[in-house]
Amino acid sequence: MSAKVSRPVDEALAREFGLTAEEYGNVLSIMGRTPTFTELGIFSVMWSEHCSYKSSRAFLKTLPTKAPWVIHGPGENAGVVDIGQGLAAIFKMESHNHPSFIEPYQGAATGVGGILRDVFTMGARPVANLNALRFGDPNNPQTRRIVDGVVRGVGGYGNCVGVPTVGGEINFHPAYDGNPLVNAMTVGVARQDRIFLSAAAGVGNPVIYVGSRTGRDGIHGATMSSSEFDEDALAKRPTVQVGDPFVEKLLIEACLELMATDAIVAIQDMGAAGLTSSSVEMAGKGGVGIDLDLDHVPQRERGMTAYEMMLSESQERMLIVLRPDRTEQARAIFDKWELDFAVIGHLTDTGNIVIRHRGEVEADIPLAPLADQAPVYHRPTAPALKPQPMEPIIDPVGVEQALIRLIGCPDLASRAWVYNQYDSTVGGQTVRRPGAADAAIVKVEDTEIGLALTTDCTPRYCRANAKLGGAQAVAEAWRNITATGARPLAVTDNLNFGSPEKPEVMGQFVDAIAGMGEACRALDFPVVSGNVSLYNETRAPDGTSQSILPTPAIGGLGVLEDVRTAVGLEMPDGCDIMLLGETKGQLGQSIWLREILGAQDGEPPELDLAAERRNGDFVRGLIQNGTIIACHDVADGGVLVAVAEMVMAGQAGCVLGAPQSGMRPEAFWFGEDQSRYVVAVRDGQALATLAVQAGVPCRKLGRSGGQGLTLPSGSTISKARLLAVHSEFFPRLMDR
Amino acid sequence: MKAAIVVFPGTNRERDMAIALRGVTGHAPAMVWHREDALPAGTDLVVLPGGFSYGDYLRCGAMAAHAPIMAAIRDFAAKGGHVLGVCNGFQILTEAQLLPGALLRNAALRFLSQDCFLRVERNDTPFTRHWAKGDVFRTPMAHGDGNYIASADTIRMLEDTDRVAFRYVAEDGRMDEGDPQLNPNGSMHAIAGVFSENLRVCGMMPHPEDLVDPLMGGEDGKPLFTGLVEALVG
Repeated sequence: MSAKVSRPVDEALAREFGLTAEEYGNVLSIMGRTPTFTELGIFSVMWSEHCSYKSSRAFLKTLPTKAPWVIHGPGENAGVVDIGQGLAAIFKMESHNHPSFIEPYQGAATGVGGILRDVFTMGARPVANLNALRFGDPNNPQTRRIVDGVVRGVGGYGNCVGVPTVGGEINFHPAYDGNPLVNAMTVGVARQDRIFLSAAAGVGNPVIYVGSRTGRDGIHGATMSSSEFDEDALAKRPTVQVGDPFVEKLLIEACLELMATDAIVAIQDMGAAGLTSSSVEMAGKGGVGIDLDLDHVPQRERGMTAYEMMLSESQERMLIVLRPDRTEQARAIFDKWELDFAVIGHLTDTGNIVIRHRGEVEADIPLAPLADQAPVYHRPTAPALKPQPMEPIIDPVGVEQALIRLIGCPDLASRAWVYNQYDSTVGGQTVRRPGAADAAIVKVEDTEIGLALTTDCTPRYCRANAKLGGAQAVAEAWRNITATGARPLAVTDNLNFGSPEKPEVMGQFVDAIAGMGEACRALDFPVVSGNVSLYNETRAPDGTSQSILPTPAIGGLGVLEDVRTAVGLEMPDGCDIMLLGETKGQLGQSIWLREILGAQDGEPPELDLAAERRNGDFVRGLIQNGTIIACHDVADGGVLVAVAEMVMAGQAGCVLGAPQSGMRPEAFWFGEDQSRYVVAVRDGQALATLAVQAGVPCRKLGRSGGQGLTLPSGSTISKARLLAVHSEFFPRLMDR
Repeated sequence: MKAAIVVFPGTNRERDMAIALRGVTGHAPAMVWHREDALPAGTDLVVLPGGFSYGDYLRCGAMAAHAPIMAAIRDFAAKGGHVLGVCNGFQILTEAQLLPGALLRNAALRFLSQDCFLRVERNDTPFTRHWAKGDVFRTPMAHGDGNYIASADTIRMLEDTDRVAFRYVAEDGRMDEGDPQLNPNGSMHAIAGVFSENLRVCGMMPHPEDLVDPLMGGEDGKPLFTGLVEALVG
């Protein structure tokens, strides 16, 4: 026995494991005795913020999760929606923030690996990866290290497993200096009649361990993810897991091969808290007991204790409950793929989890109270600070200069340097690659169905007004899917916030969820899966800690019955370029305000969810009937940035007319009013007539054609110049 | 044409290749597991697709080059059989010494996933007969180790005997080995693909199999497959 195990279990040790005195008291009353070291470890990870959602659960319950097309909402490994023809899309987004600061490559890589497992464990072949990344100030020397490692990690893992990385978003802000966000999303496709769940059943059925061997990596990773960073964060490197995408690829193929048989009763990946959470959750959901004998667990290190094995977060492992007579059939499949396969226990009728190791009972915990009596907190909230009101605006640079600065700024510059390191075509189904449309479009193999996929959030709006920001993130995902012609179906959410023990952070969290819920309901866009990441704080040497911007990242999924109807940003010559949606010229919290005046003031733009839906439904219908040939939603940077992006995406230039009268030019061109689309159509007059009938504001911006972007002043910016400015930022930051 | 696609642990573009072949032949190619010791009877074309065989944890392709199926593939090639290796498949063919040279890390030491332009260096082979000599076509590339290298003697031999299949060039066909925009991975002589001495084994880094459908952005890669079908059917 190691020295660790011989330490007496008491309240002090419980506190070191992250349990409060009250939580430890509950452990004592559940157990009716002092828990063993291993039992305390199991309680501490199952009741960590990361696994128990103790600060967030009460609020997550308020989100809408149902729709006629939702097959499985939150509670399974990933959300499942009906995409037609007997097929389902299975998807989820999950964070790997804390590990990615400590060890960016492995943190990001294992983030991708973990979310892939959440999806294929349900029977889906993964068909697309996306991500949402937030980094610190580009001028902070740490930022370059973290961007480099995270991008290499995302690519290193996704490229090797052969799942295309088709989309994502990136923001920079000093609030992420010591706490980057790495949110990874996977989308898979399965037959609706072959979806696998995690609830164990069948007393006596064997419990199978497959995949990589268990080592000492990542012990207490879940607990680490539930605490703030201090200056010793980098010393926590041993708690970061190491990924092996090659084994993951074998695991995907072996599991899908096994899933084509009827051998599986239940299956779950070993994610956070590894063998503990998978066994506890599978048995708990099924209302059965589980006996595990750790002597049979494949191990890659000698002398591991029960505690270490139960808390290890070694990657690429799965737990499977099989039908009793199918063990050898399953073993043959895993042998073929050269993966470890071990029977490590069986289901019981005791309702307890019993862990044996070297003939000793190391843990014996009743499962029902472990789940039911997990702490739930309604932590105090406080209103966040209101942003400064906007000063009266004086445009110091003019429209042309502002455009050049905006399309080159860190938040709007081309991401090609990043996505060119991600294999976006493997699988041969990528219809619109990164940057070609508002959402990535992936065809479902052997069908005409297309999936439209996006990740969205505007953290600066969320900081200024968390409720509005939460709603806006959902609306923008819906809008990006709509702008391809797809029908938005559902979202996965990844709620990244600071410490819930700070009342103003808890206030942001509660408000953001309220806003998200409102938007999801108004747009029939339910939440089917998600993840919460709290304690995203950086502690300074003086003891103060800075929270990240509230970042409720939304992963959206939509469907196209006929993928050929999808449109992207590229416009042909000779089209009328039209703006749909109302323009008020709102510059509060805009990129223009920040980049040109250095201010982060004002309220974010208003969001009228009824108008959002009306405008979006109008646009989608006209894409599907072929009227709209190209489409781009208006987001960060406003209308002029949107038009410039359309010019850069294709061959045609654009000649713009005068802005809306009675409005300052910078407000018209760079205001970030919501619910708007720039579209290319053959006949702008006909579109205007239809728009009036539908109650959608519509105005002509100009015509496509020429070699560059011609501004109302008559000045033309060549496409080459636009591209040069747009593509400068990342290589300059990273390749110096 | 009977095509056989070889699958190693970690191969990940076998499905893309199967789709491309099915598109031109009308039937699904055979998938051959690396532990087999024989190719399906009547195989006309063996394809080693892209991926990360054995994780590429050793040199790319080094492990796969010793897989049981490789003996059968050597035999097949020695008897004049046609073999196409794409990306990891090209790396495996060089490790198996069925093709000369080696593939190093990309010059910029980063994985590159982007479109590139390839120039067809000769069109009197089954792989290139549906192009004209000097034709330029677009194709995706996606690799971390595509930087072609060989000894000076080997390079001279390849050039003297016209065994360079494809080169990285500009859209207008211009070649500049030293320009990372045009020769993205830094390959010697901008070599993207080479032939064996009998012109029946071809290896290339980019992925024409991922550009065979207008829906995915074009059919620029299709002539490779239609040419093979025409050459190998009769």
